[in-house]
Order: sequence, then C-alpha cells, then structure tokens
Amino acid sequence: MTRYLISKFFYMLLSLFILISATFFLMKAIPGNPFMSEKATSPEIQARLMEQYGLDKPVYVQYFKYLGDIASGDFGISMKKLNQSVTDIIGQTFTVSLKLGFVAIIVSIIVGLLLGMLAALYHRRLIDNVAMVLAIMGIAVPSFVLASLIQFFFAQQLGWFNVMGFDGPMDYVLPVAALSASPIAFIARLTRSSMLEVLHADYIKTAKAKGLKSITIMFKHVVRNAILPVVTYVGPMTANIITGSVVIERIFGIGGIGKVFVDSITTRDYTMIMGVTIFYGILLMVARFITDIAYGFIDPRIKLTGGKEG
Amino acid sequence: MSVKDNAVNLDKLQVKPEDFQKVGADEKQSEVIQRESLSAWRDAWERLRKNKLAMTSLSVLVLIVLASIVGPMLSPYDDRTNDLLSTNLPPSAEHWFGTDDLGRDMFVRTWMGARISLIIGLAAAMIDLMIGVIYGGIMGYFGGRVDEIMNKFSEILYSIPYLLVTILLLVVLEPSITTIIIALCVTGWINMSWIVRGEMLQLKNREFVLASRSMGAGAGRLLFRHLLPNAVGPIIVTLTLTVPSAIFSEAFLSFLGLGVQAPQASLGSMIESALTGWMYYPWRMLFPAGLISLIMLAFNLFGDGLRDALDPKLKK
Amino acid sequence: MVSSNNLIEVEGLKKYFNVGKNRVLKAVDNLNFYIREGETLGMVGESGCGKSTAGRTILRLYEPTAGSVRFNGTDIYKLSPSKMKAMRRDMQMIFQDPYASLNPRFTVSDIIGEALDIHNMAGSRAERKKRIEELLDLVGLNPDHATRYPHEFSGGQRQRIGIARALAVNPKFIICDEPISALDVSIQAQVVNLLKELQERLGLTYLFIAHDLSMVKHISDRVAVMYMGRMVELAESAELYANPIHPYTKMLLSAIPLPDPEVEANKKRIIMPGDQAGPIHDASGSKTGAYNLENATLIEVSKGHFVAEPYA
Repeated sequence: MTRYLISKFFYMLLSLFILISATFFLMKAIPGNPFMSEKATSPEIQARLMEQYGLDKPVYVQYFKYLGDIASGDFGISMKKLNQSVTDIIGQTFTVSLKLGFVAIIVSIIVGLLLGMLAALYHRRLIDNVAMVLAIMGIAVPSFVLASLIQFFFAQQLGWFNVMGFDGPMDYVLPVAALSASPIAFIARLTRSSMLEVLHADYIKTAKAKGLKSITIMFKHVVRNAILPVVTYVGPMTANIITGSVVIERIFGIGGIGKVFVDSITTRDYTMIMGVTIFYGILLMVARFITDIAYGFIDPRIKLTGGKEG
Repeated sequence: MSVKDNAVNLDKLQVKPEDFQKVGADEKQSEVIQRESLSAWRDAWERLRKNKLAMTSLSVLVLIVLASIVGPMLSPYDDRTNDLLSTNLPPSAEHWFGTDDLGRDMFVRTWMGARISLIIGLAAAMIDLMIGVIYGGIMGYFGGRVDEIMNKFSEILYSIPYLLVTILLLVVLEPSITTIIIALCVTGWINMSWIVRGEMLQLKNREFVLASRSMGAGAGRLLFRHLLPNAVGPIIVTLTLTVPSAIFSEAFLSFLGLGVQAPQASLGSMIESALTGWMYYPWRMLFPAGLISLIMLAFNLFGDGLRDALDPKLKK
Repeated sequence: MVSSNNLIEVEGLKKYFNVGKNRVLKAVDNLNFYIREGETLGMVGESGCGKSTAGRTILRLYEPTAGSVRFNGTDIYKLSPSKMKAMRRDMQMIFQDPYASLNPRFTVSDIIGEALDIHNMAGSRAERKKRIEELLDLVGLNPDHATRYPHEFSGGQRQRIGIARALAVNPKFIICDEPISALDVSIQAQVVNLLKELQERLGLTYLFIAHDLSMVKHISDRVAVMYMGRMVELAESAELYANPIHPYTKMLLSAIPLPDPEVEANKKRIIMPGDQAGPIHDASGSKTGAYNLENATLIEVSKGHFVAEPYA
C-alpha cells in the first residue's frame, strides 16, 4: 500500500514537471517577444524590458531559472499588469473561486448521492425516471447554457437573485447551481447503478434472510459499497468544476481566478498564462492523487498487493 | 371384470431382449432449428431498434446533419455579409432566427456554425479513433513488455490535465479549425486506446482465438477476422461519446477566445459572442445554445442506447 | 485399436509462468509419458493442477519452458513456423467452454471451414460446402445448420461443432480439454459416445483431460493422475481404479460419490498431508510445508503401473 502511494506520488510529481516544462517551452515557441505589440515601445525600451525579465539569456538558462523560481513559489510578474506579481494576483482571486468551488463540490456530492440513492430505491418509479432525465440533461447540456438560462429566468425575469456580483450568500445560489448540475448528474448516475447492483447482490439477500433489519442492511452494507465508485469521480469532478468556473465566473461577474485566466489568454499575458496554468495543473493533479489515495484504501486488491497487477 | 382377470401373468410372458427393437430418437430431426438465422449484428440492431429513445436521438442527429448541410442554402442570406442597418433584429419572416450584432442572418449563421461544430467533433473523434486503435491494438495484441512500456507512457500523458495542454497549444499555434482539431486530439486518443487494449487483452485468451491458433491461423487472420470484429462494439460506443465531448471542448475553448475565429463561427463561438447583454437579444444566444444542447443530448442518448444494444450481458 | 507405435512422446515437459517479483508458477513440472496410436490417455486432477496448461503446451499454444514433445518421432518445438503450421493438421484440440470456443460472429460454416481455408484443403466453393456438410453429418448435426450462428445452438450442439472443426483437418491426435465439464449430465454421455465412435471410425488418438473420474474411466485406456503440475500415478484404467497406490489418487477416488447409500455413509475421506500450499514457489525453489514433489520420479510398481516416489 505504501509502495502504491509512493509510486502515485512520484508520478504526480513527474507529470507536474512535464506540465511545467511543456508550458515553458510552448510559451518560448511563440515567435517574437511579448513586448512587440505594445504601442510606443522603442527598441531600447524593449531591450531593457527583455533584460529585466531575463528574456535575453539563452533558453536553457531561462529554463533552469524558471524551475528554480517556481520551486520557491515565484511565478514572476504579470506582463500586462507590470506592477503585480503573478502570485499576488492568483492569491487575491483564488479565494473567491475557492469558496465558489468548494460549495459547488459539497452540493454536488450531497445532492448527487441523495438523488442517486432515491432513484435506486424507487427503481423504475416516477422518482427514478425523473431523476434519470434530469441526469441526462445535466450531462449533455453545457454548463454555460444552463447558467445563462437560469440567470435569465431567475435573476432577470423573476428578480429573485442579483444578475451579477458575488457579495452575499444569495449570490452563491445561481452560480453553484450552474456549476454543480453536471457533477450532480454524474454522481447520481454512478450512485444509482452501483446501488442497484448492490441491492440485488446475493450477499444482501443473505443479510435479509439472516433477519437483519432493512435499515441496518442499508447502512452497513448497501451504502458503503455503493458509494465506492463515486470516490473515483473526485478527480474528474474537480476538473469539471474548474473548467466550469471559468465560464460561470464570467457570466455572473464573479472576480475569481477563472476570469483572470480568460483575460490573460485574451491579452496574451504570458507569465500570467504560465502561472495560472501551472496553478490549475497542481490543483487537478492533487485532486487526482487524492482519488488515488481513496482508491488505495477502498480497493482491497491494492491494499494487499501494493497495486502491481500481474 | 376384475383387474385380476386382465392382468398378464408375467411368468408366462416370455419376453426376450431380442424382441425389442431400438426406435431411438431421430437425432437429426431434433436438431432442426425453427427460427430464422440472425447474426450477432442483426441481433444488436434489433435491440437498438426497440429502444425508442435511442432511435429518436438518431433521427434527430440525422436531421441536424442534413439541416446543417442544406439549411444555409434555403435562405437568401449568407453568413458573411454585414448589414449594419439590420443589427440585432428579433426573429421575423425576413430573418427566421433574427440577426446578430453585425446584421448577419442568424438562421444561416446558426446552421453554418452547426456544420463547423460537427466537423470539428467528428474529425477529432475519427483521429482519436485511428490513433487509439493502432496504439491500443499493438499494446493489447503483443502484451508483455511492449504493453507495459506503452502503457506507462500513456498513463503519464493522461495525468497531465488535457484541457490545459490544449489551451497552451492553441495559444502557441493560434486557433484555426485545423489547429483546434489537432489540439483536441493530442490527448484524446488515450481513452480510445485503453478501450481497444482492454478488448484485445480479453479476447486474446478466449478459446475461439486459441482454437484458430491451434489450426495455424497467422497474425493477420487473427487480428482482422477474430480480434477486431469482436472489439468493434465498445469502440463504436466510445466513438459516439467522443464526439459530443469534442464539441463541448471546442465551445469551451471559444470562451477563452481560442475557438474558431471570426468571421467563421462554431456554435460555441456564437454563444460566446452573444453572451454579453444576451438578455436583450435572447435569440442570438438561444438558437445556438439550444442546438448545441440538442446535439450533445442526442449523441449521449444514442451512445447509451448503442451500448445497451451491444452489451452481451443483456443477451438472453 | 491401439497400436504399439508411440504417436506422442512427452519428455521433461515444463511450463513455468512468472507471477510478480521472484515468484514462479510451475504449472507443468517435468511431465514424461507417451501415448500409443489409437489409444486414449486420460488425464485427471483437480482444478489448477496444470492439466489444461499441459494440453495447451503440448499443442504448442504456449512455448514450453523446457522439454520436448515428439509426434511420430519429430520434436514439434524444433519446427520452423511453416513446418509447424503443417504439423497443426495432425494435432487438434477440443475446448471446454462451448460458449467461448466459437467465434460469435462466424457462421458454423465459417468456423468449420476456417481450417480448410488456412490449409487450402478445399478446391472450390462447392467442394468446401460438401466437406463441411460431411463433417456436420459426422458429428450428428443437420447440414442446414451451416449457415447459422453459434448463439442459436445449445451447449451440446456447440460442442459438436467444435468437434467438427477439429476434425476438418483430418488430424491424427486430438486433445480433449474437459470437453464435457460444461455440459448437462445427459448431454455428456452423448458427446462422449460420439467421441468414442469417431475414434473407432477414424482411428484417432486422444488425450482426454477431465476432472470427472467416472467419465474418464469410461473412455480411457490408461489414466494419468496430475497433482500440482506433476504426474503422480499412471496405470491402465481398470488397474488404477481397482488398485490406487498414491495417496492423492486415493483421495480423488474417495471423493467420487457412489450410487450406494450404505457405501457412502461408511466412506472415509482421505486428506493429503500438508495440503495447503499451491504450486507457487519462491525464488529459492522451496515450497512451504506441503508434499514435496521436487525430485519424485515415477517408479514402475507393477506392469504398466507407475507411481511417484516416495509413495511407490
């Protein structure tokens, strides 16, 4: 088991390293220098800026300096907002996104599990069918479409919520709803199918035959086994919510890191792009690593053999 | 008369084994099969046909594809001409879907956008398919060390968040339809390769494959007549579900300004440009958004139905 | 009719698999035996004793770790790919699972005809069709079954198709790998009788692998008992069942239920000494506890009756 975790951790670091290097070299591959498009920068000023950013040195020197900087948490200065460091900007805006994302995750898990369990318990009845229809729509309909629709109906038409902004708890409702639609759908489907499998399994029939009360059976056996597959969804879910937040923040005018990301790409602020990309990368890889850890505890094969299949 | 009178006295009855003639059951007759013959494919197709949801989705998709080809031709307008006197008009008899902020006809734009979104989705899925089948096929067929090494490689590649890579690539390459398709494919093939690999590994050890080997079948015959045809099911299902994922990714890229560039438009980029202040001109957003949702919904439902139809577990 | 000519000679056959670090599964460990032409050699043992692996290795579906298999004097492991392909016409196999052994996407005609195609044995389409119909007839199936698909048949019928397929190339030797284990009891008898019939008609030699001892006795001339990859006893059928010597053989026989309630009630089950560890060895080659077969050779205890040391 420890061997498994160590190897997964190692792979995480390796992937991170590859991502960082890829980001670096891709940015370097862009022809010209980042200051060329600025109006009124004379060649001398450009040269001075290049020197300041260390862009006049050979590539491999820049590369190692870059790696060193990142290791110490220094992502450089934003190229468009020349007085702010990338780390500062990320730091300021991330808290906003974190709050939104966190709430979305919690809501997704709770609602998803409940919906899935209800659908399984009332298999083939109205609740099941309704839940599955909602789930299909949640998976297929893009989050930005949903976000726009609910913004239109509930904010503009009905006036129940502010159209934009992120000040009070009420402002959480619409964005969270839009963000969590898809994860809820996935979790509900996963939970439902694994619960159905478990409910019809022979060992449940044995438990009933032994005379255990339904509730005991539910909690000791059914729920524990049914939740398993959902744990594996944590990684993809985080990715889902991160990508969703990029758009949702824009639609609802929330000043989070998603907006920063979009802006940096549109303005081609390369240090910013690199910084946010790596930051997102770290988040996603950590999320996947957490999934791996959870998997390690749950899947007995990994517990016993250390994860190496024959 | 009493029973006793009729009873046969067995002692008096001299029955010898030679007196009996074996009638037997006519084996050949009992082996006759009444039903019409159905290949495994026809079986699956019948199952699919019964799935109304899947068949409806299929029809919807076919209609959408047809509309995207034919639609723009039905209108007198084209998708490029700006008409600054007719900007942001709501749907009318003149402009069936209204106009956008440059006065372009929305009906034509929407169906052109659908065309491009579909092309990107299908192209990306096809390329994923080709690379995935070859890579996964090699891994699965040879197994052993080859499989180990190739799998390590794709595992590492997979753990890098692919959306980020796609974004970076497009920042470097500057987005166009071709580069978008390429960027989407960079890590998309991995999923398909794993499906193919899984099928190959499973099928390799099945007894009918061993039987063919024991008859002297060569690698070519094994691959093309035994392994691949039996792996096709999951491959097709994965393909059907890759397309909407690619379409969605392209739409997402549009939100970062990395999607299809003006004056061309995909459904995603149209939604993006309509986003600001869309509530004043809802048709600019609703038509492309509705269409993209419909496309994704239909692909997903059809893919699910296809999976159910091909799943041997459901076979009676 | 059993001739005195040895059709198959197996010498020192070993097949080891690597499972994880430093662990070796000795599935087949030093097999030595011969099969005479026209004979049926039965091979019995519990699941996992290596009999199926032995069968497949003998057919060269797996490459051996060591040893030789001679068919009419030729060591098949030394053959080039093209010669091996020709050899495959003489040696065939019937598989255990009637559901997995036929390609679900092939028609019966394709399945049986594949062998004909690989070895170019049928000149024209008409010839091929005729040959396939002959084969179907031989195994007791209707000729218009040729255009149908495997899933339309019952287990017993599929097994017959598998037999027809094996016969297509006119083999001399057929390995029957548990051909009846997956069938209903009433069908088992049919298939076994068919096999016996075919043996007489076509002069076939069989290696009959099974774990059902009563059925094996019925069809085999001699029987070999396998335990953990090695052979522990070998004798003529009747002799083995009448005078089992090795404790494992006795254990197997004692487990057969007899249709006599009084005998059953008074039967004593025999357990193998130290029977926990399986045939998996660590790198140093030692197994924990169990009956150590490492250097056990077969000793002829009475005419034609061989037993592995130290129980000889």
